[in-house]
Amino acid sequence: MLALNETWYLVLAAMIFTIGAVGLLTRKNPLVMFMCVELMLNAVNLTFVTFSKALDDIAGQAIVFFVMVVAAAEVVVGLGIIVAIMRRRQGANADDISLMRG
Amino acid sequence: MNLIWLIPCLPLFGFLVLLVAGRKLGDPGAGWWGTGVVAASFLVVVKVFFDLLALPEEERSLTQTLFTWIPSGSFKVSIGFLADPLSILMCLFITGIGALIHLYSIGYMKGDEKFSKFFLYLNLFLASMLLLVLGDNLLLTFLGWEGVGTCSYLLISFWHTDPANASAGKKAFVTNRIGDFGFMLGTFLVWVTVGSINYADIGPAAPMIAAGTATAIALLFFLGAVGKSAQLPLSVWLPDAMAGPTPVSALIHAATMVTAGVYLIARLNPIMAQAGWANDVIAWTGAITALVAASIAIAQTDIKKVLAYSTVSQLGYMFLAVGTQNYVAGIFHMVTHAFFKALLFLGAGSVIMAMSHEQDMRKFGNLRKYLPVTFATFMIGWLAISGIPPLAGFWSKDEVLAGAFNAGPAGPVLWFIGLLVALMTAFYMTRVVIMTFFGSEKWRLTDDPHEAVESADVESEAVESEAVESVDLVGASVAAADHGGGHGGGHDDHHGLSPDHTPQESHWTMTAPLVILAGLSIFGGAINLPFGSDFKHLERWLEPTLAYEHELPPVPVLVLLAFAAIAVASLGIFLAYLVYSKHKIAAEKIERPVLAHAWYIDETYAKVAGGPGEAGFQGLADFDGTVVDGAVNGVGAGVLGIGNKLRPVQSGLVRSYALGISIGGALLLAFIVTRMNL
Amino acid sequence: MRVEMFTFLLTAAICLAGSAGVVLLRNPVHNALSLVATLFGVAVLFIQQGAYFLAAIQVIVYAGAIVILFLFVIMLLGVDKAEGLDRDPILGQRPAAIAAAVAILGLSLTALLSVGSRVTGQASTLAAIDGSEPNINALAKVLFTDYVFAFEITSVLLTVAVVGAVVLSRKAGPAIDAAEFPEGTTADLLQAKHDAAAVEQGVLEEVATEDETPEGEAETAEEALR
Repeated sequence: MLALNETWYLVLAAMIFTIGAVGLLTRKNPLVMFMCVELMLNAVNLTFVTFSKALDDIAGQAIVFFVMVVAAAEVVVGLGIIVAIMRRRQGANADDISLMRG
Repeated sequence: MNLIWLIPCLPLFGFLVLLVAGRKLGDPGAGWWGTGVVAASFLVVVKVFFDLLALPEEERSLTQTLFTWIPSGSFKVSIGFLADPLSILMCLFITGIGALIHLYSIGYMKGDEKFSKFFLYLNLFLASMLLLVLGDNLLLTFLGWEGVGTCSYLLISFWHTDPANASAGKKAFVTNRIGDFGFMLGTFLVWVTVGSINYADIGPAAPMIAAGTATAIALLFFLGAVGKSAQLPLSVWLPDAMAGPTPVSALIHAATMVTAGVYLIARLNPIMAQAGWANDVIAWTGAITALVAASIAIAQTDIKKVLAYSTVSQLGYMFLAVGTQNYVAGIFHMVTHAFFKALLFLGAGSVIMAMSHEQDMRKFGNLRKYLPVTFATFMIGWLAISGIPPLAGFWSKDEVLAGAFNAGPAGPVLWFIGLLVALMTAFYMTRVVIMTFFGSEKWRLTDDPHEAVESADVESEAVESEAVESVDLVGASVAAADHGGGHGGGHDDHHGLSPDHTPQESHWTMTAPLVILAGLSIFGGAINLPFGSDFKHLERWLEPTLAYEHELPPVPVLVLLAFAAIAVASLGIFLAYLVYSKHKIAAEKIERPVLAHAWYIDETYAKVAGGPGEAGFQGLADFDGTVVDGAVNGVGAGVLGIGNKLRPVQSGLVRSYALGISIGGALLLAFIVTRMNL
Repeated sequence: MRVEMFTFLLTAAICLAGSAGVVLLRNPVHNALSLVATLFGVAVLFIQQGAYFLAAIQVIVYAGAIVILFLFVIMLLGVDKAEGLDRDPILGQRPAAIAAAVAILGLSLTALLSVGSRVTGQASTLAAIDGSEPNINALAKVLFTDYVFAFEITSVLLTVAVVGAVVLSRKAGPAIDAAEFPEGTTADLLQAKHDAAAVEQGVLEEVATEDETPEGEAETAEEALR
């Protein structure tokens, strides 16, 4: 049996991150895109905590704390924007909001 | 407390107030306000002068840096003022004479529609001039240099409703531009060579400059000086500049602005000391200009044009002095010239006012009866400029000539030219005096000179008048000068000189400056008498700035030279007396048409500029239009085309952008992985 | 050791299944619930590595608040209908996305697996995790000393976010619209009431009744208006 070490956590984090990225790139519903972003952030948080343990440094966990705060703020503002957009255009998806094209 | 900054700021403040409330202040309020700020500035200068005087000689240099104007890497320009003996001396006579001329203008411009605007410009001019003189670096001096140029332009074409005045202004502007380009190139070269454009850095660095570079710098700045101080070949604008109101001619085109070139050369004397043959160029240009201008002045009939050419000629003296490295004499002559030339111009203005704005001397005569104060003061100016001791002009001119005599092998030639100029100066000034203040009251005669049979001298001038008329046809620029008085201001209905006109003495605001300037013209020489170093106040004062050792000829030679100068001046006066008062010699023998036409300099310029010059510039314009603009537009069009091609990339689709980020991230990751120690 | 390994593999499976659900399921509500599964899995992994406080707020804030917020918005906007996943309207987006994802994953795994199981980097000397000290105390110590400035800035950020969300999601247009107040705007109503009161006053003065009923009525009207 293989020993459980940091690499396992990091590989798992890389996989979650990649899945989140694929979702962000392929889904059209802005809400689901947001959820994918949350997935990617969680993957990153997992690496931070892993490194915190590996290097015996609490600062990694402090960074995760800040990432969570920023993620919360981002979700609040992002959902506010989505609500504002949906009010004007029912059922809009991310591709419909492309007025700022060159 | 350091008050230097107040010196230029007071006139600037006056300017701003006049800009806002000039019309409200009106006539004469605006004039008194303008005079007041300049007088206040004069008092500040006096205060700073005494501050300097209290310091030991070698420390007489105050600087005041207000703020950094242009910070750009190692190139840093501050708004800073340098008050040293040279600049404070300049400030003293600029503000002093400036205040007097402001006072005079209150009377002269009375009733003009643009009364407040006139003082607006004058205040701006003084602010710029003081900035020019006080600036502690070349760029600040250039700012003032351009400022005075602009004011000069505005004031020459002050009565711009007459196209001739407007074109005279343009001519001055364009001619000055040629000189400015020399100034700018000189500044660039100083920056490249010395690495600083502060005078404080240039002085110590100057001995290290290679002779060739120093010569180039000197010649470039001299080009600037030639434009501003109306030396050959750029002298043509100054006579036309007489289209402006007479106080302007006195202040800007005689006493202050035109001497800026001399100031510049004196200020850069450390570089000039390295400049080798550039000094000879300066000296010879000055001498030849003095000679040519004096010869032209002999044949002019417009009183202001005589004085204008006389100014050009006297400026030539100053350049002769600085070119022979006799800076003190140059500055000395600049100061005394400012006194007596301002006096002569203001006197001429008083005459012109009294004669309903007629400027043609052939219509004057016997005015001493009507204008006693003007006459008396004008006499003093006449004697001063002619070089009769003990008036101011004699001392300074003598010093210039004595310095020239001792300047190398060519010195005696330069001295002889100077002596010839002195002869002509005495001659044409006597001519002006006789035609204006003595003889018969010629404006009472019938207007058409062909019908006049009364006196030989009227007939002789008829010939000349035709010559002048033919000049009129040559071009607007020449015509501008002949129409000098023909400004279209509201109060100025000139040619209203009727045979029964009775001239009247001017208001006290005009005569008071005349009297003060007359006093200065008499005693001004006392600042630098040649009787030993105890009497050379100016030389000792300027020593910290102009520390150049100048050797004068031994005393017996000096005395001989002085007597030669006096003899020549007396001869000139006597000759003019014979010609114009006794009519022993016919005037037309001396007043050659070629002189009346100013050696055809203007006409030649017009031909060259109109023919090959225009063709050349057209070629340049075509080159610019096709090649230069083509390249620039090509680059623009190329960028635009690429931009249009790339525009669809900005699709507005968030997911495409996210894809871009992902690919970028993947590439970054690939880069890191390849760099890893695997 | 075996227990740890077992726990890890189980939670890893939950995490991956949850994230796959977020990406692949069509209904946004299902996506949100899958996200909760992943978040719980990550919280378990946090606990496994000794980050107890973070695990707690992961559950409380992420799963408890943020996902609920997602669900709220989904319900509010009524977008809980399935989204077609069969084809992507942007040409080449899906293959390119998968290619980029494969590249990222492949490169990360190369980097991770090629070095073996060692973590490069300097072990901490300043903020070392002291086994005797509770995790929450250690985190609090660095948050309120070394990172106090960043901590204060996050409070500003949250305030700005709240204000921004309020401004963004506020309904546009006039505060009171005509459909809700058929009689007119508040100003009109107040003016009418004022006029009525004035008339009433005049009547009162004429008739000289001391009864205060009209004023009382006006007050009730005003309160009703509020």
